[in-house]
Amino acid sequence: MKRKIMLLIAGLGLALWAAPGGSAEHPLEDLPAPPGTAEHAPPQPPPPPASGPQVSGPQVSGPLRGRTTDHAKLEALKGPFASGPEVTKACLSCHTETGHQFMKNVHWTWEFKDPVTGQMLGKRHLINNFCTNSRGNEGMCAQCHAGYGWKDETFDFTNQDNIDCVVCHDGTGTYYRTPATQGNAACSVMFEGKKPIDLTAVAQGVVLPQRQNCGTCHFFGGGGDNVKHGDLSSALTAPSRDLDVHMAADGANFACTACHVTRDHVWAGSRYQLVARDQEGQGKPGERRDVATCESCHGTAPHPNDSVAHIKLNGHVDKIACQTCHIPAFARGGVATVVDWDWRTAGKLKDGEGYHESNYTQGNGQHRYTYKSIKGNFTFAEDLVPLYAWFDGQMRYTTIDTKFDVNQQPVPINAFTGSRDDPKSRIWPFKVMHTWQPFDKGNGTLVYTHLWGDDQDAYWGNYDMAKAVERGMKDFGLPYSGDFGYVETASFWPITHMVAPKEDALACADCHTEPGRLASVQGVYMPGRDADRRVDLIGLLALAAVLGGVLGHGLIRTMRRNRGTHS
Amino acid sequence: MSTRQVLIFSHFERFWHWTQMVLIVTLLATGFGVHGFHSLIDFEEAVTLHTIAALALGVLWILATFWLLTTGTWRHFVPSAKGLWQVARFYAWGIFQGEGHPYRKAYWRKHNPLQALAYLGLKLVLFPAIWISGIPYLLYGLWQHLPQASEWLSWVALVHTAAAFAIAAFIVAHIYLLTTGHSFVEHVKPMITGFDEVDLSPEEEAYLVKDQPRHIR
Repeated sequence: MKRKIMLLIAGLGLALWAAPGGSAEHPLEDLPAPPGTAEHAPPQPPPPPASGPQVSGPQVSGPLRGRTTDHAKLEALKGPFASGPEVTKACLSCHTETGHQFMKNVHWTWEFKDPVTGQMLGKRHLINNFCTNSRGNEGMCAQCHAGYGWKDETFDFTNQDNIDCVVCHDGTGTYYRTPATQGNAACSVMFEGKKPIDLTAVAQGVVLPQRQNCGTCHFFGGGGDNVKHGDLSSALTAPSRDLDVHMAADGANFACTACHVTRDHVWAGSRYQLVARDQEGQGKPGERRDVATCESCHGTAPHPNDSVAHIKLNGHVDKIACQTCHIPAFARGGVATVVDWDWRTAGKLKDGEGYHESNYTQGNGQHRYTYKSIKGNFTFAEDLVPLYAWFDGQMRYTTIDTKFDVNQQPVPINAFTGSRDDPKSRIWPFKVMHTWQPFDKGNGTLVYTHLWGDDQDAYWGNYDMAKAVERGMKDFGLPYSGDFGYVETASFWPITHMVAPKEDALACADCHTEPGRLASVQGVYMPGRDADRRVDLIGLLALAAVLGGVLGHGLIRTMRRNRGTHS
Repeated sequence: MSTRQVLIFSHFERFWHWTQMVLIVTLLATGFGVHGFHSLIDFEEAVTLHTIAALALGVLWILATFWLLTTGTWRHFVPSAKGLWQVARFYAWGIFQGEGHPYRKAYWRKHNPLQALAYLGLKLVLFPAIWISGIPYLLYGLWQHLPQASEWLSWVALVHTAAAFAIAAFIVAHIYLLTTGHSFVEHVKPMITGFDEVDLSPEEEAYLVKDQPRHIR
């Protein structure tokens, strides 16, 4: 009895502060307006209090709002400008440090050395399972490099005048980019007949990057709208609240940089190096945190502790990524994503010419290519339930020099690990991209394919994969057995955009059931999904035995009583 | 020795019993819902109701335990072998022969020996089993960071489920036994009015009539 009392008292007492995170956290009740000028915040922390006044860098200011300069009034931007680099020179004549800052940005370097694995990553090196490689195809692919004129290995990465400022800062909507090289006639026709750009108007109309600026490339990765990411599509240019609660044009209206905060023209958030579990949260009041995590705004106990369910949800935060519940499906908003790509069927011709078929109509009514002679077959899908898996934030890539076991397919383009017992890991949602793509059958490696170029070897124009692979490897002095084939690959894309309004988040029962969303996730006991079925069986049998016992007992009583009545 | 209608279940005891009944039925229904046996109630609502009912039952138990200890009524639950065999034999045999119940309620012994033993078992085995597993289950958030916490949770859940089955079985037998006397209503009535037929010694009767006139009819 004493133990009972103690347990009860302890239980009730503890239940009152059972919410992980405790009262020290300050969940964000209302979203603030986007910190539009965040990159101007001074980089230094406040000086520590000392006995005498000490100067240690500039003081901390609040996030700046509004603008102090009308670029249309600046002498340097009066023009006329004959070329992009002339605009850049004009920009840098005032923004004196920006060029060198930006040259450290992956948007410029296309290179990222993973500090943990030591792998050399970035578009400059990697092979993906969409259009495969940009290496050797820069004439086309570097349309999305934030610089002018990268067409081959001779590009000067040290010349800041080559930076394209306006692709990110154009506020007129009139700026566009075309491939740096011509390519085969069959392809270059796509870029003809465009209206010339008024560079003076563009230069005078610069703004902080809007969603459509980032979207110019990031919405169209993989060769088309939402092809690559699944959670980044043109639907986010002016999304409804249903599609993205933060970016909603009629709501919080966040630009990308509201979360991808900027310091010295380098911004937070990376698919190479993810923070799968942010344990720091918001930081101290006024403190800047240069991460793009949900927790950096919403804290580590993001649900208000006002109900049993909310308290319980705050207890889920350490093991379940916010995205897992708050992005119930991706490729929403009417724009489909590609989930399967088959390069094996590429190269089919009609009357000696390449062709394409559009057999998929997506939610917004647009038709999507399901076959292209230059690329093969695509499978589109929308409103997809992600794959859920433990993820510690560390990607390990299959790079050009990775030898893999040909018998172990699909080959992961980016493998990842994670587990229940790893404090850095959480259960994350992923888009899985499945592809059949060219590889070196003899050596068991991926290959660089020479796709773009006005020459005899470029696949896009000549449709000869053997030649394209051989040239792609030769151009970079890479070992090639001479025997190419097609390998099954899979790539994994952590889903983090298209955050739904809270009323559309997953309900408990979506996972706490059998079979539920997390049916394949191991290492956790989940009520409603897991139970010891032997105990269930024994319990039910015992209950049935007691029921049967009392029914039998009652039956005998009734029979005896009736007999007594009759006699 | 006379038989009188005596108040044997005080207001608090009746409140305790019926509140406990409602809470335990709620806990069983929501608990088996959370467990996945039925989907009559949404998981989130089931967990919420289960938690609130559990906390309420905890408060009720603190009150009941305090009441049992301070009023001395805990003595009703002390096991006794006296008359145990006769009661057991009655339920196994005599009841079918139309025999009367061998136990007569006494003022300081309102449960028959088998009943007292069953309630004691409930209080000392089944309820502790449900709480010893239920409290860590409820407070998983406080220890989920420990190594193998999820593995431990599966054992906690196992004990909790097993105890729930046992309590459900107890309830089935408990309700059935209400049908064994003159009538179901006859059995339930004392827990509503508080009064039941009790054999009183002359001293007890005199005491009740003089000092507790409202406790005797």
